[in-house]
Amino acid sequence: MVENRPYRDFFAHAVLVTGVLLVAFPLWVTFVASTLTFEQIVNVPMPLWPGDQFLHNYTQVLTSGSEKGSSAPVSTMLFNSLVMALSIAIGKIVISILSAFAIVYFRFPGRQFFFWSVFVTLMLPVEVRIIPTFKVAADLGILDSHVGLALPLIASATATFLFRQFFMTIPDELAEAARIDGAGPIRFFIDVVLPLSKTHMAALFVILFIYGWNQYLWPLLITASESMYTVVIGIKRMIAGGDASNEWHLIMATAMLALMPPALVVVLMQKWFVKGLVETEK
Amino acid sequence: MAEISLHGVTKSFGKTEVIHKTDITINDGEFVVMVGPSGCGKSTVLRMIAGLETATEGEVRIAGKRVNEVEPKDRNIAMVFQNYALYPHMSVYDNMAYGLKIRKLAKDDIERRVQRAAGILELGPYLQRKPRELSGGQRQRVAMGRAIVREPAAFLFDEPLSNLDAKLRVQMRLEIQKLHRELRTTSVYVTHDQVEAMTLANRMIVINAGVVEQIGAPLEVYDNPASLFVAGFIGSPSMNFLQGKRVGDGVELGGGLVIPLPPEIRDKAGEQVTVGVRPEHFVAGEGGSPRFRLHVDTVECLGADSLLHAAFNGNVLVVRIEGHATPPAGSSLDAAIMPGKAYFFDTPTGKRLAA
Repeated sequence: MVENRPYRDFFAHAVLVTGVLLVAFPLWVTFVASTLTFEQIVNVPMPLWPGDQFLHNYTQVLTSGSEKGSSAPVSTMLFNSLVMALSIAIGKIVISILSAFAIVYFRFPGRQFFFWSVFVTLMLPVEVRIIPTFKVAADLGILDSHVGLALPLIASATATFLFRQFFMTIPDELAEAARIDGAGPIRFFIDVVLPLSKTHMAALFVILFIYGWNQYLWPLLITASESMYTVVIGIKRMIAGGDASNEWHLIMATAMLALMPPALVVVLMQKWFVKGLVETEK
Repeated sequence: MAEISLHGVTKSFGKTEVIHKTDITINDGEFVVMVGPSGCGKSTVLRMIAGLETATEGEVRIAGKRVNEVEPKDRNIAMVFQNYALYPHMSVYDNMAYGLKIRKLAKDDIERRVQRAAGILELGPYLQRKPRELSGGQRQRVAMGRAIVREPAAFLFDEPLSNLDAKLRVQMRLEIQKLHRELRTTSVYVTHDQVEAMTLANRMIVINAGVVEQIGAPLEVYDNPASLFVAGFIGSPSMNFLQGKRVGDGVELGGGLVIPLPPEIRDKAGEQVTVGVRPEHFVAGEGGSPRFRLHVDTVECLGADSLLHAAFNGNVLVVRIEGHATPPAGSSLDAAIMPGKAYFFDTPTGKRLAA
């Protein structure tokens, strides 16, 4: 702002600070709770300043899990979540960039039909097709496995569509120049299309990693053994019964741990993410 | 180096025929410009030579061999595009070397060719830059460099200067001329700009609505246009046209003005005749006949000469006149057509009436 109006500044800042507090306070409470003992948490009022149980709580959840709800260590759950989120993110990017490449650069019979059939599946989120998907996964014998966690969620109409839109902004002349230069479709894909799609891939990776990490219903349905739990499911399993019987300090520590990887991905890839969403230079 | 020829080539998109039966021969080492208004099909012809489009009928030959079924990369041609089509993520060097790498040339051979092209085009200091760090003219030079390093049988230019500003366009035009003098490679150049066509071409091909209207050296086309379209398209400002009626041995242009028909075309002229006169072919003031009176509406002073927009019998004529003899706007001027400089066209067919 060029003008100097102190009241407006004050007002604007007040709104922003309120917003930050509203978002940050629950996070702070979670963090504080994860550093207290069980007794400290259930005593009203709960302290709002971190206690001395940080190391103890986190070591316990990471190595041996909670005592009452689920006994799988959170480190295993984190690993499961990571495998799932990474396979979904990478798998979706690989599959959709290839299918978008086929749809944009090749003339084959039924091209429009295939594009539209991919596009139509946008209307069918996981929840809608979850029962048939479960049946298919059961028949394939991939229930309760890493493959089962990731594979059924890999096909992505959204990502295919995004890549298609991006490819259509690449000038045709570039493909023609490559043809005259002697590059076949695969060389063109590797040497030209892939490098140009880098930022888009990065942006999609961030979105899809979080999407995969936050999956709840599907892992809940197909994981049976504790060693296959993702961390999101783990939290749910730890909340076993009534308020008093839940080990809130451990649950909160797990929640903090579950929060870290997506936050890290966003922070580390922020620059790429923004670039991928706004980049127009071809 | 190679001769390029088209034999009875047509091109249809669906049911629409955009190129009608065309025969063109481009000699070895020649610089041929295809010129025509946008949408006339000139780029389609070029793309058929490049192999980016296939001819619906007929035969395309490069160096005497039929290439209809040959992939672009095997036709031994190089193409320069209007929007440069440089690979944005590669350096200038890599852009030029890419095609050679695919062809698996030896590293030092690639290096030598790229350095040579960079030398010719004065791109030496920019070899490590990305295309986005270059100006439009430099980018177009890189695109030409990419063509040169291939050492192809022919260069195909698809409106390469249209994205540049006027000053650069003039400069690049000269560079392309110089380049062709040095390399002597057969070149086919597509443009809608008749000035580019006039200045660059050994021979030009004027295309209109998918039909080749005329093929010839620039001055030959300028002096002897084969049709109304060519006459109007080539030359700037364009030729003045007046609709006339045949009366005896002359053409009546209204206002009592009758232009006599030359004896050798009297037999061919029908009822409707269009008379064309280039702006520089008027004699102003004294002398010449038949004389007629023009009313000067607007004057464009260009220095060496001036363009008068003058009304005659409901038509506006453009007259080029010596700069220091310019009459003021609003005045009247007596003028005549220089002897032998009137062009006669058959109005219904648009064809030139010639002996």
